[in-house]
Amino acid sequence: MTSGVLNLVLKRLAIAAVTLLIVLFAVFFATSMLPGDTASILLGQAATPEAVAGLREAMHLNDPAILRFLRWLLGLLHGDLGTSYANDMPVAALIGGRFVNTMKLAGITTLLSVPLALTLGITAAMLRGSPYDRTVTILSIGIISVPEFMVATLAVLLFAVYLKWLPALSSVNEAHSLTDLVRIYAMPVITLTFVISAQMIRMTRAAVIETLSTPYVEMALLKGASRGRMVLRHALPNALGPIVNAVALSLSYLVGGVIIVETIFNYPGIAKLMVDAVATRDLPLIQSCAMIFCLGYLALITTADIIAVISNPRLR
Amino acid sequence: MARAAVSRRSFLGHSYNLVGVVAALVILAWTLVAIFAPYILPHPIGEIVDDDYFGPMRQGLWFGSDYLGRDMLSRVLMGARYTVGISLAAVCIACFSGVVLGMIAAVTGGWLDSCLSRFLDAMNSIPSKLFGLVVVAAVGSSIPALILTLAVIYIPGAYRFARALAVNINTMDFMTVARVRGESIGYLIGSEILPNIIRPVLADFGLRFVFIVLLLSGLSFLGLGLQPPLADWGALVRENIGGLPFAAPAVIVPSLAIASLTISVNLLIDNLPQKIRDRNA
Repeated sequence: MTSGVLNLVLKRLAIAAVTLLIVLFAVFFATSMLPGDTASILLGQAATPEAVAGLREAMHLNDPAILRFLRWLLGLLHGDLGTSYANDMPVAALIGGRFVNTMKLAGITTLLSVPLALTLGITAAMLRGSPYDRTVTILSIGIISVPEFMVATLAVLLFAVYLKWLPALSSVNEAHSLTDLVRIYAMPVITLTFVISAQMIRMTRAAVIETLSTPYVEMALLKGASRGRMVLRHALPNALGPIVNAVALSLSYLVGGVIIVETIFNYPGIAKLMVDAVATRDLPLIQSCAMIFCLGYLALITTADIIAVISNPRLR
Repeated sequence: MARAAVSRRSFLGHSYNLVGVVAALVILAWTLVAIFAPYILPHPIGEIVDDDYFGPMRQGLWFGSDYLGRDMLSRVLMGARYTVGISLAAVCIACFSGVVLGMIAAVTGGWLDSCLSRFLDAMNSIPSKLFGLVVVAAVGSSIPALILTLAVIYIPGAYRFARALAVNINTMDFMTVARVRGESIGYLIGSEILPNIIRPVLADFGLRFVFIVLLLSGLSFLGLGLQPPLADWGALVRENIGGLPFAAPAVIVPSLAIASLTISVNLLIDNLPQKIRDRNA
């Protein structure tokens, strides 16, 4: 890797760091605009004004916002996420197990959707204009144009109501056997896979089609290379960068997807935790969950950008 | 897509194809419903008209009844008003602010451009649904708050799109001439740049409308959008989700309403005459 690429990558990382800071500030600011005084909410209706004032002092609520932001940021760097208002537990303890659950869901979805989407996207591009390509394209546009919860409801209708393969809305905490486990994960994973794959198929197809229309692929065609060889040997290695870029970008849709999917299927993950925290106005919990989501999203987007830089020989 | 199989017709100098015309008709129909909803309701939206809840489709109750036995058709018609109205207001604010800021940034350049771009790009890297959750938690979900929240979330996208187009126009000779004449920024963006980018900007307006409809429905579905007794299409799905295990029309119909609107807008934009759609036009 030459220094040019290294420079570009470092620059991209620096931009990501600045972005993260702005995003953290925005999250902190939006949540501190929550109506109602936190101290009086915590102490309940019977609190004396002196007690409220004392707690405000103790929680540093009288300090200017920028100072509280810096203190919060410093706490984050020490791994201190704060204490939940709703049940007085450390936020880190609340998030820990939930985070693992969400990562499991995201991981299984990724393992399923990436091979599926790449196969469909690449074959659709190879057979461009065929009925197969049209079906894939129309289905993926359809899925992109409807809300995630509709994909989820359709999946429930199809697999639970008509085919009766899976339970409709299973609320689950304990899995006793492998069958239970599959039944728990099936619906959320199917829904998320649909949502993510649709994006990925469209981007992959576009990337391969663009490569297939380049002069060197035409040259390969003219020199008599077979169709398979043309795609696998000539087009794909060059389309690899855009494809990996598309994969990383599509995975960032997981962030929006899990929020809906965990809520609808009552899955004990971090997104469900956050939606509940918003309902109970639990500030530190909202901040930490939002931060984790933004971090994941930013990491994926930055990865996509860096891959685009590295894979483009003209930028080297 | 299926363009070859579709007949073309000519109207006002542009040629339109069948898919585009059908999509436009669906959008027109929902717009009319949104405007005239209160006058065409078969039943008042709050009235319980069915003895049974999650009733099936039948004569008199064309879309069945909801979880309380209310007429679903009336509720969907009224929901169109909120979904289309709120989304349209939000997309107008988002595109107007985004496009004006984008053009100003492109014309002015320098530190203003860098600061705006850096800041709005950062806002763009907050996932939209998460942004919605946090802001709704902070400012509540009254209709004006929802409109503003949705608008703010989609300003960065509109800005980025308009700026990219305006930067290209900015390098043209006629811009240099206008600058040398000493025209003001208002004149430069209003009379020189805008007419040259208006068509792709309008196509972008449609796409952004779809994003906003989807986000609004998602928020309402989570119970953080429009609050009862008001109900947009997303809220209708949420309140009737209990009917899902027996495939009640009450949960399917509002979902289909959202899909019909968003897919139509997408198809209309895909099938616009090339002259309008083309970014380089």
